[in-house]
Amino acid sequence: MEFGPHLLLATLEGAVTAAILALTAIGLSIVFGVMRVVNVAHGEFFMLGAVFAWSIASFFGSHPAVGFVAAILLAPLIVGALAAGADRLILQRIDYNPERTIVATIGLLYIIQQATLMTFGPDARPVEPPFNSVIALPWLEHTEAGWQVYWPWGLSVTSYKLFIIFAAVAVLSGIWLLMTRTRFGLIMRATQQDREMAQAFGVPVDRVFAYVFGLGAGLAAVGAVLVVPVQQAHYLMGHDPLLLSFVVVIIGGLGSLPGTVIAAVLIGLTDGIISVFFSPTLAKIIATLAVGMVLVFRPRGLMGK
Amino acid sequence: MTEKDQSATTFTRRKALGALGAAAGVAGAGMLMPGIARMAHAQSSGPIKLGFQVHRTGIGSAYGRWYERVATAAISRINDMGGINGREVEMIAEDDGTDPRRGAEVLERFASLHNCDAVFGPLFSHVVIGSAPRAGELKMPYFVVSEGHHVASGALNRYTLQPGITDVKSQVISMAPFVSENLGKKVTMIYPDFAFGHDHRDFFTAAIAAQGGEVIQQIAVPPTETSFTRYFPSIPRDTDVVYHVMVGPAVLTFVREMGEFFGGRGPQLFGFIDSLEAVDITSPGLEFLEGSYFWEGMCRYAQPDQTSHEAAYRAAVGVDANGASLDDARDVSTYAHMFGVWETLAVIKAGMEASGYQGSNDRSGLIEAVEAMTDMPLSDDHPQGDKVFNGKTHQVFGKQNISRVESGKLVRVHQTSIEDTLYADEVDYTTQSF
Repeated sequence: MEFGPHLLLATLEGAVTAAILALTAIGLSIVFGVMRVVNVAHGEFFMLGAVFAWSIASFFGSHPAVGFVAAILLAPLIVGALAAGADRLILQRIDYNPERTIVATIGLLYIIQQATLMTFGPDARPVEPPFNSVIALPWLEHTEAGWQVYWPWGLSVTSYKLFIIFAAVAVLSGIWLLMTRTRFGLIMRATQQDREMAQAFGVPVDRVFAYVFGLGAGLAAVGAVLVVPVQQAHYLMGHDPLLLSFVVVIIGGLGSLPGTVIAAVLIGLTDGIISVFFSPTLAKIIATLAVGMVLVFRPRGLMGK
Repeated sequence: MTEKDQSATTFTRRKALGALGAAAGVAGAGMLMPGIARMAHAQSSGPIKLGFQVHRTGIGSAYGRWYERVATAAISRINDMGGINGREVEMIAEDDGTDPRRGAEVLERFASLHNCDAVFGPLFSHVVIGSAPRAGELKMPYFVVSEGHHVASGALNRYTLQPGITDVKSQVISMAPFVSENLGKKVTMIYPDFAFGHDHRDFFTAAIAAQGGEVIQQIAVPPTETSFTRYFPSIPRDTDVVYHVMVGPAVLTFVREMGEFFGGRGPQLFGFIDSLEAVDITSPGLEFLEGSYFWEGMCRYAQPDQTSHEAAYRAAVGVDANGASLDDARDVSTYAHMFGVWETLAVIKAGMEASGYQGSNDRSGLIEAVEAMTDMPLSDDHPQGDKVFNGKTHQVFGKQNISRVESGKLVRVHQTSIEDTLYADEVDYTTQSF
């Protein structure tokens, strides 16, 4: 494939990765920002979202769109409720102690993974996309007769992949509105800045924490439901989103939402482009190297305070 | 607290000494009269225990599910026929997680915890390669149902045998003439980046060159990859044929994305069925496979000339004429590979009967009996077809099928002869000591 079309394809692939990554990483970032909890089980909430998407979509087996709409509405809610329950049951009881929460969420990771294996089985499960037409993309080339449009072989995107990008932008805008324009956002930010003072002003911090933990997991689940039609639901799929979310959150600045989005776009696009032109392994190496460099030269991240 | 504990310790120690003395007495008697001890052992032995190293979880789970169904059916058939040497056969299945390290641990459990007589079953070549050295150390006959060339290459040991399924090298050298004559000379390969995929890369590249063709690009994909579009732009424009083989949970995504990438304008496709194992060929997004070709060890769809042996096997393992479970038409089998488990168990039975196998002391006799095997004719024991076993390389050779997707079904268009699949020996395991 020629360089120009090749780059466009890589960018589109990268944009899809970035969209999913931004949703997943924002969830991790909000939880850390407000609760100071490093949620190692975040990738498993992602996986749960995908697995629930499959079971919900198979339950509403009529038309793919019906199953998908049901999944995108219900799966994040179920995952969010489970996470809020886990917060009440585990994290609250260990008083959000930083070291203990890490160990507790590692435990949660294994419990979720094994429970999924035992209930849903080890197989990869597909979810049919609600729509999925292949859109061939044109490119310009300069010939003797001047500039001409042509359709390079292999340069295409599917309508569903474009939908992922738009859906992620919409959800992220919603989160931004929630954080900046609503009372719940105000309470979250107050809790983030000074937990004790917020409590003194009558903010029910425990309940806020449960909601925030649920929200974080729910956002990972939204990302997962969006990704299942292009990948598949599998009980081992939580590793990569967790690793990349950590990369994004560290580079973007712990707890900073704009930083997380910028870093997700940066990492997603580099991952897409480097994977296409060189190798996916090199993309992972570079992402990890970037984390190292950020930690050395700007430990608070791009936008961290 | 101490006094009570001390007395308990003394008592235990005395008791332990007594037990040791008694054991020494029994052992001494055994040494004085070895014949009696051995007979007593034979009489007390219960069923023949076969350890089944199964990929229940991890990236090989779709294969593991079907390998286990086939193994269960084959063992119950053997027991219905009166077992082996008059003894019932018991299968002990343990999950290896499709993980080489756990594979080796599972072998140890079979040897020391379950006292198995032999072990069979694994498919994924990294598990085989990780486990085989341990099988050699434990002197445990290890019957693998993989496809890797590692057995016949001499990389493993005398305790590891592959009598139930052909290896990649013999598959690809017999396929290469068909590819170069019917599909094209310039080939781009897409394969998983581990031992099994490397066998494809090395042996097909050489085989197509021998046909006057050329592999113009090799694209290796990590076996745990979940998204593939990023790999496809590396396919050169002048490719005549894309040769694809992929494994693991993401195979459906792999073929679907390949269809999206080519958009109906791509080169010819020749795939190993591994890219589609356990996947319904009529899944949405796979329409582009119509007219493309696949290698099949055993044809998933019942062909018009299906033998009575295959029909009996198909019924015994619970698979319908479309290669799906009789209970659930969406549960598609790994039909092209799983016959290997059935045939391996038949070989173990034949080997144990030929060697008069009684217990773990006869393990080397079992291996020698299998090494002595040559022809394995088409039968209920070998429903996939005639085979020839090479005792020196521990590898079986058999016919290969090429099928074409026609109206959403795989129709066999070519079958190789066994001679097409043969190559020069690279090892003689029979010269290794036990």
